[in-house]
Amino acid sequence: MEAVQHDYQRISFLRSLGRSDWAYAALLVVGSGYAFQLYGDYMDVYEKGILLLTAAMFVGLGWFWKPMRILLPVVALLSLFGISQYHGELARAGQSFWLKYLFASQSAIMWMSALYVMATGGYWFGLALRSDFTNRVSAGITWSATAMGLIGLMVRWYESYLIGADVGHIPLSNLYEVFILFSIITALLYLYYEQHYHNRQMGAFVLPVISAAVAFLLWYTFGREAQHIQPLVPALQSYWMKIHVPANFVGYGAFSLAAMVGVAYLLKSKGFLASRLPELEVLDDVMYKAIAIGFAFFTIATILGAMWAAEAWGGYWSWDPKETWALIVWLNYAAWLHIRLVRGLRGAMLAWWAVVGLIVTVFAFLGVNMFLSGLHSYGTL
Amino acid sequence: MQTPSHTSFSRAVYELLSSMRLAISLLTVLAIASIIGTVLKQNEPYSNYMIELGPFWFKAFAALGLYDVYHAGWFLAILVFLILSIGFCIYRQTPLMLREIRSFREHATEASLRGFVHQAAYPVATEEAATVQRLTGYLAGQGFRFKVRTGGGEAQPALVAAKTGSMTRLGYILTHAAIVIICLGGLIDGNVPLKVQELLGYKKTESRDLPSDKVPAISRLTPANLSFRGSVSIPEAGTADVVYLNLADGYLIQDLPFQIGLKKFRIEHYATGQPKSFESDIVISDRDSKKAFEGTVSVNHPIIYKGIAIYQASFGDGGSRLTMSGWNLLSPVAKPFPFKGEVNQSSRLANGDAQYTVEITDFKMFNVQDTEERAEDAVEPGGFWQKASRIMGDAASSAPQKHVHNVGPSYQYKIRDAQGQAREYHNFMLPMQIDGRSYLVSGMRAAPNEPFRYVRFPADENGGVEGYMRLRATLFDKASHPEIARRFAAGAMPGTTVNEALRAKLIDSTGKVLEIFARGGFEELAKFIESAVAKAEQEKAAETYLKVLERALFEANQLARERAGLKPLPADASTAQFVRESLNAINDSFYYGSPVYLQLKNYEEVLSSGLQLTRSPGKNLVYGGSVLLVLGLFAMFYIRERRIWLLVKPGEVLFAMSSNRKTLDFENEFNQHKQNLAGLLKG
Ligand code: HEM
Repeated sequence: MEAVQHDYQRISFLRSLGRSDWAYAALLVVGSGYAFQLYGDYMDVYEKGILLLTAAMFVGLGWFWKPMRILLPVVALLSLFGISQYHGELARAGQSFWLKYLFASQSAIMWMSALYVMATGGYWFGLALRSDFTNRVSAGITWSATAMGLIGLMVRWYESYLIGADVGHIPLSNLYEVFILFSIITALLYLYYEQHYHNRQMGAFVLPVISAAVAFLLWYTFGREAQHIQPLVPALQSYWMKIHVPANFVGYGAFSLAAMVGVAYLLKSKGFLASRLPELEVLDDVMYKAIAIGFAFFTIATILGAMWAAEAWGGYWSWDPKETWALIVWLNYAAWLHIRLVRGLRGAMLAWWAVVGLIVTVFAFLGVNMFLSGLHSYGTL
Repeated sequence: MQTPSHTSFSRAVYELLSSMRLAISLLTVLAIASIIGTVLKQNEPYSNYMIELGPFWFKAFAALGLYDVYHAGWFLAILVFLILSIGFCIYRQTPLMLREIRSFREHATEASLRGFVHQAAYPVATEEAATVQRLTGYLAGQGFRFKVRTGGGEAQPALVAAKTGSMTRLGYILTHAAIVIICLGGLIDGNVPLKVQELLGYKKTESRDLPSDKVPAISRLTPANLSFRGSVSIPEAGTADVVYLNLADGYLIQDLPFQIGLKKFRIEHYATGQPKSFESDIVISDRDSKKAFEGTVSVNHPIIYKGIAIYQASFGDGGSRLTMSGWNLLSPVAKPFPFKGEVNQSSRLANGDAQYTVEITDFKMFNVQDTEERAEDAVEPGGFWQKASRIMGDAASSAPQKHVHNVGPSYQYKIRDAQGQAREYHNFMLPMQIDGRSYLVSGMRAAPNEPFRYVRFPADENGGVEGYMRLRATLFDKASHPEIARRFAAGAMPGTTVNEALRAKLIDSTGKVLEIFARGGFEELAKFIESAVAKAEQEKAAETYLKVLERALFEANQLARERAGLKPLPADASTAQFVRESLNAINDSFYYGSPVYLQLKNYEEVLSSGLQLTRSPGKNLVYGGSVLLVLGLFAMFYIRERRIWLLVKPGEVLFAMSSNRKTLDFENEFNQHKQNLAGLLKG
């Protein structure tokens, strides 16, 4: 920024990268190269492609949003440490101190859950006390929760292979696992906007939706014993799962975030918490940004889902309830985007629409599994 | 010459179709309409809807096309409207957008620039040429392209018109064109062409159950058919050269340009019993080239041949051969008769004068069931923290597999009487453990939409059904009743001092109870009590009779064993339970609906593989459109179009800026430029 003001030259993105950016990229390249060397023989060509793209994507992500350069290596290091404590034996989860209290997948996920709930409380305190310090602490807790969640998923991935070589799979295969992913992605999106808009008050609204996901997760664990790693049914044994599911959850996460910001918008426009919340223009802007990124990723996810369906079921579109609800969600947000372009329809109407959008999204994500039957078999309650 | 009213009408239609409000309405309506098909199960056989909805609503729903919403005329009409609307939008906007991409709008006037929301003015001291140079240098440094309109004196000052990010406009064209392309691809692959042929009477769905080669040409589609999606089930060692396109009220047959033979169908299981893979080894024999080749299709791994993709879709029984024992449930015969059958075939069965047909409908070698307590009951008690601490240090591995296990083969058949009434049975081959005791279980239902109700035949000490059947035969053998009654009386009134008359009375009434029960079970007994006993005494009498019946049946069992040359059973709780359960099972037999119970003794499994075959030429359009869609979306969202005008007047520079989207980023950028320009023009 300094440079721009001096000679008013905009510097190109590549030239703006510093030494730490390149070190980070080098770390990722070496890391994925090592993984490639270790496991390349077990991967098919698609999986190799996915590894390569993931590495490139994380490099890009880290360059674009600097805190990622810390989060990702920390998660990698701690996950590797956790994994190393197993010595190849599952039973060590309950014996090794580090695993039992921190890094065994269930322990890490419990930490994640506790921390997200704490952060939610923290943001509300911050809002009530108008204390930026409290909010900053809450942001720190949110970061830690996210790290623990990611570590939990990584270690779980490893554990699944310890259960059996044929059982092992990426932890994105059932409702339990994707709820963790949902919490993490929503938190990361929020943290990005928090930084981008220099505004921490929205946390009080976004974190509750993550806490709700955590509550579901805990009920699912204690009430339904859903945390166990199950082998994959044949339909899910596909590399498509690795890309279709995360893309979908960027969509779901972004839409949920937009809805919660919509709630803040509505409250503020009715005069509640008016002096504590950011300007309406800011809230509107966050909603738009979130829905735009959500829409783009949801589109990609739906296309990937169609390609997967074409391979697994013999048709890229079968009007299966899950597919159809994805279309409904998509149409809903397409409508939202167009409403925003019509003069006279913006404002509270858009915020309402985003809030209703959350109901539609939750139904597509949970309700379909609970109430409707179809070809999608991965998650019944 | 056009009449003005005509012009204004088509103008109005054009305006409406390309209006944004219509677009929003169409998107919303389409979303709401789509919900219907997810709530009501689609493309079920019509008879199912009839049963579920009743005749009135069945007709109403059928008229609205709700059984296949996504191909209903009105649904397609909404889609067509949307496509038209997008088409008009593109038609209307594209020239505009292309102009925007090309033009720098260097003809903006000072008045119009002053009307901008985002504008600022700066005093300058430098010459026009120098100022312009400084400004263009700045713009280039900021990544803007520009055009300079040199000044023509006082009346027309110099103007620098700059812009960047115009490609976002291309994004608009790509996105919206992509939607049209995808819909077209979908239309080609959907069964719209088929529906049209049907409407015109070229094709007619077949609803009879015919062998595929007997289906008439009007219900067949040739291999030249552009797109289809059908399925076929092939038994092991069988072949198929057609697929069935299932439509709500029947089916059509699609002839294939090749024949598929199934060599073997395989299911593999994980250690926990869940299925791990479904694979079919197939042989494809080309009709034209007469060449054949082999391959394996499995879930997620189709084979594509001649543009037709072959998928593993399902599996089932392909005609397993079953050897069974038939037990006559309501007769004094203790021996079973042999019975052989094949899944999907029917055989005759005679019972006295009555004629029956047995249609074996299914056989399953594995049945994984949750027989023990369910996981939720197994959750240990304890507060939240105890539970949480149990979870800590858990590698998520202790899956509750112990609750599920394989209960062995099951088989299903229908028994149809001479009047055509059928009942369906669902039996398990092996004894099932329920609450620590074993039973042979047989389920019965009178209609396909009912749940099965299960009869439990208690297993004997060898785990077989023979012991029960022996007892049952003895009970139905009237000639044995006096002996049973005598033994019962001897047990009930031991010793010799007992009044002979009393004993004879007991023997007599016991015989009567046995006879009544053998005629119609508990219900018959209840009827008897109601007619013969005073109201006040009925309850007590029922209790007594039940006790008599149980004790008598115990004796009957000993008698049956004696006759079969077996040791008597001890008079303990276990035997008592066996007798009580036998009593219940005999009573249930009166409601079993068929005089025979078919017990599976031996089987030879033959599986069939359900394959789905599709030809979808529209797929490339859909995928191509999808790529355009994604590119277009990112272009629209992340390339921001911004324009800057700098009007260089003597002594003053007017700065104006605009964008096609109002966002905070734009506000920030405007302020940044405003500040930069102030600095630049000062120095
Ligand atoms: C499924 C259907 C449609 C999809 C997915 C879609 C998608 C989009 C998207 C994502 C945007 C960008 C919004 C933004 O940048 O905030 C957009 C803009 C726009 N759409 Fe659509 N659209 C659809 C149908 C239509 C229809 C039917 C019309 C016709 C009225 C239309 C007219 C427009 C216009 C005029 C713009 C603004 C372009 C601009 O100012 O750059 N769209 N559309």
